[in-house]
Amino acid sequence: MAKTVSEINDKIKKGTAVVVTAEEIIDIVNRQGVKHAAKEVDVVTTGTFGPMCSSGAYFNFGHTKPRIKIGGGHCTLDNVPAYTGLAAVDVYLGATACPEDDPKNSVYPGTFSHGGAHVIEKLVAGKSVILKSRAYGTDCYPRRELETEIKLKDMNEAVLFNPRNCYQNYNVAVNLSDKTIYTYMGTLRPRLANANYSCAGQMSPLMNDPCYKTIGIGTRIFLGGGEGYVIWQGTQHNPNVKRGDNGVPRVPSGTLAVIGDLKKMSPDWLRGASFTGYGVSLTVGIGVPIPVLNEEILRYTAVTDKDIIAPVVDYSVSYPQVKPGILAEVTYAELKSGTIAVKGQKVQTGAMSSYSKAVKIAELLKDRILRHEFYLTEAVAPIPSVGSDTSVKLLNEKPLKRKGE
Amino acid sequence: MLKKRIVLTFPPSLVSQPITYYLVKDYNLMFNIMRGVVTPDEEGRLVLELSGNRKSLDAGIAYLKQQGINVESLSHDIKWRENRCTHCTACIPACPTNALSVNRKTMEVSFNKEDCIACELCISICPFKALVINF
Repeated sequence: MAKTVSEINDKIKKGTAVVVTAEEIIDIVNRQGVKHAAKEVDVVTTGTFGPMCSSGAYFNFGHTKPRIKIGGGHCTLDNVPAYTGLAAVDVYLGATACPEDDPKNSVYPGTFSHGGAHVIEKLVAGKSVILKSRAYGTDCYPRRELETEIKLKDMNEAVLFNPRNCYQNYNVAVNLSDKTIYTYMGTLRPRLANANYSCAGQMSPLMNDPCYKTIGIGTRIFLGGGEGYVIWQGTQHNPNVKRGDNGVPRVPSGTLAVIGDLKKMSPDWLRGASFTGYGVSLTVGIGVPIPVLNEEILRYTAVTDKDIIAPVVDYSVSYPQVKPGILAEVTYAELKSGTIAVKGQKVQTGAMSSYSKAVKIAELLKDRILRHEFYLTEAVAPIPSVGSDTSVKLLNEKPLKRKGE
Repeated sequence: MLKKRIVLTFPPSLVSQPITYYLVKDYNLMFNIMRGVVTPDEEGRLVLELSGNRKSLDAGIAYLKQQGINVESLSHDIKWRENRCTHCTACIPACPTNALSVNRKTMEVSFNKEDCIACELCISICPFKALVINF
């Protein structure tokens, strides 16, 4: 029997809803079968906690007296530049922004110990940061300089706004070359010494709703310890890829753009991350509840690590030079076992995304639902799925015509 | 037979001395060099595992201190800040002794100081600075 989101919300209100995590549902389906489980279970909670570079926050600091037009000027928070191409006291701080005087990779490999993501984590922890600005001054905004300490609670708005999070599946990165390389997939030692992956597999939100049948624009989610919403498909959303019979993509595929009130988030679930030789990123905790509307949805949520396949890609040549070539396909069950086989070689695995924290997020979300603190929403519009015209293309570079040519 | 892992820091004046030779000859200790570094300022650092009876170990370590060598127990060397650890497991393939290991059921990381040889490979790999050198 099919259910609706509003029926499920009624059950949550009455305290009769059955809510389980994406890990727990596997056992339930094994014991009871899909049909019975679909009738019994109302919500499956998912989770992921991994570095998501396309993240950041926008702030409104409040106007100074006299007024300053930071917009179009220069602004830093704890020495990290924020984007000022907005109104007078609105800025956007990107997770990967580095201080202007950071040596970055000129001292190779750079440490990237401080950046936008670290400032966001510090603000969320309730600490104060130093806001500095230089402006050009106008008749209505005469002030030219500003230096002050500021905390999240001092700001009018502080909103986490991430254009691409929650990647549905990801490459397993290896290094076939003879020297160590430093990537966003971590340090990859030469000659296949290690293989790094970055997905929570069976816990991951989009792995449990692989064709985006419930997750869409307007879906309320656990975001950074607080609450947020899916507001669009993420950048590079790529639904039309090779998929298994279970609908799960075998390569990186769907993504989500998300938003939420930063003031209500926690540093436990938003962490600045420093990737040696690569840069700064923000590790974001996201949990998505999946309403079990019917047997089909339930079947998706019962996916296990052994049914999810990831491609192994060489990050010394293939990835940077955009050369096709998948070295092997492995399951998340194999990746989580600690070793995989690539080109006949046993390779040790490590992850960038935390499985145990993903489970914790799913449990926290489940508790919030059971305590009537979190209700499900129906998507107001779907995100593009299989068969849509959404695709990802490379940049088509066009040589510039110079004057006189 | 007892084993003790120690970190020795040599001042420049002692870098050329055959200190470990005396540990064997005069104190009847076995040693295994786990790491050795001579810095640009010619200060030396040596991580040793010493084996012998308690009396010999104590006497050998007293001898090292007498020479002006700073002796620290290795267990204080690398610190795992559990509250910074996100249990991502990025450090796992880098650890040569399995001092950092994973419970494969829960995928939680743990750190066993006893097995750590302070090779420091994990330090730059951890994105969250959960592993720090503690000198």
